[in-house]
Amino acid sequence: MSNEELISKLQELLPEATLQQGNDFVELTIDSQQLLPVLNLLKSSSDLSFNFLFCETCVDWKTHFTMVYHLDSTHYRHNVVIKTNLNRELPEIETACHLYRTAELHEREIFDLFGIKFLNHPHLRRILLTDEWVGYPLRKDYEDPINMIKL
Amino acid sequence: MDVTITPPSEPFPGTVHPTDGGGILLSTLDDVINWARSNSLWPLVFGTSCCAIEMMSTAAAKYDFSRFGFEVARATPRQADVIIIAGTIVNKMAPVLKRLFDQMPDPKYVIAMGACATSGGPFFYNTYSVVKGADHVIPVDVYVAGCPPRPEALLHALITLQEKIKSGYTRDQIRTEMKPDVK
Ligand code: SF4
Repeated sequence: MSNEELISKLQELLPEATLQQGNDFVELTIDSQQLLPVLNLLKSSSDLSFNFLFCETCVDWKTHFTMVYHLDSTHYRHNVVIKTNLNRELPEIETACHLYRTAELHEREIFDLFGIKFLNHPHLRRILLTDEWVGYPLRKDYEDPINMIKL
Repeated sequence: MDVTITPPSEPFPGTVHPTDGGGILLSTLDDVINWARSNSLWPLVFGTSCCAIEMMSTAAAKYDFSRFGFEVARATPRQADVIIIAGTIVNKMAPVLKRLFDQMPDPKYVIAMGACATSGGPFFYNTYSVVKGADHVIPVDVYVAGCPPRPEALLHALITLQEKIKSGYTRDQIRTEMKPDVK
């Protein structure tokens, strides 16, 4: 499906979401509560069939976090990007790992470096840093006076 | 700093006194041992990031560091003589690097390849995870500048290390006695 067709199709399916054509991908911005229903729909719909989560990451905008999910369809070879904003005080979102198993690993890494709490994740622990690490290094306000030399 | 004691053109440390039907070679055992050591340095298979790619290309056909006696790369520290720190050393890697160095038999040598191993390089500022120079963990014999250094630069470092070994001085002697005059 081309990006234009994808946009019109998604508009039909998800009238309340904001759609936008990015540099390469169609970008879909949704409410964080809507994540699981939307992912479910995109995965199960037979003419979209987004069956592969090829990237999941997070962005710290200082005022809020944005979770970014990159989906791909191995049947149709089309992609979509899903974005959803999280509150900085209580960054919580449902895990995607029951729909896409690969999210388990991505979410542990995001938890490790950004401190996003993934609800219902099977084992949300630090993965790269040591267990006793304090803080989340990829947050913009992270301070480490011992290891970090500030520019 | 100039550490050249044996000029590289000299094939063997010692002098030959010609006699009938051959000659007598005069040398010292230390010189011969250092000469042998310096021409058969076995590097450890060790590369932590992008610099390792340049190291591999130095080992491959085009640059071929086996011309200088470095071809026998060993996958175990117990058989290696020199460790080329090719890449970034992060805090989690530092204890592993120390252990590898400790497991190498004496005499052992260390080359810090690239900006990361020398000083932290591009990760010097604003990073929580990178060791700011591998010499915080283990002593380094030769530093190579560059990000990444060209294979020629690594070859130069390897030859510099050979000359350092041939000179027969310890690290401290080189540091104190062979300081260049600073005007
Ligand atoms: S010095 Fe440059 S090329 Fe070498 S490991 Fe560091 S970043 Fe990579």
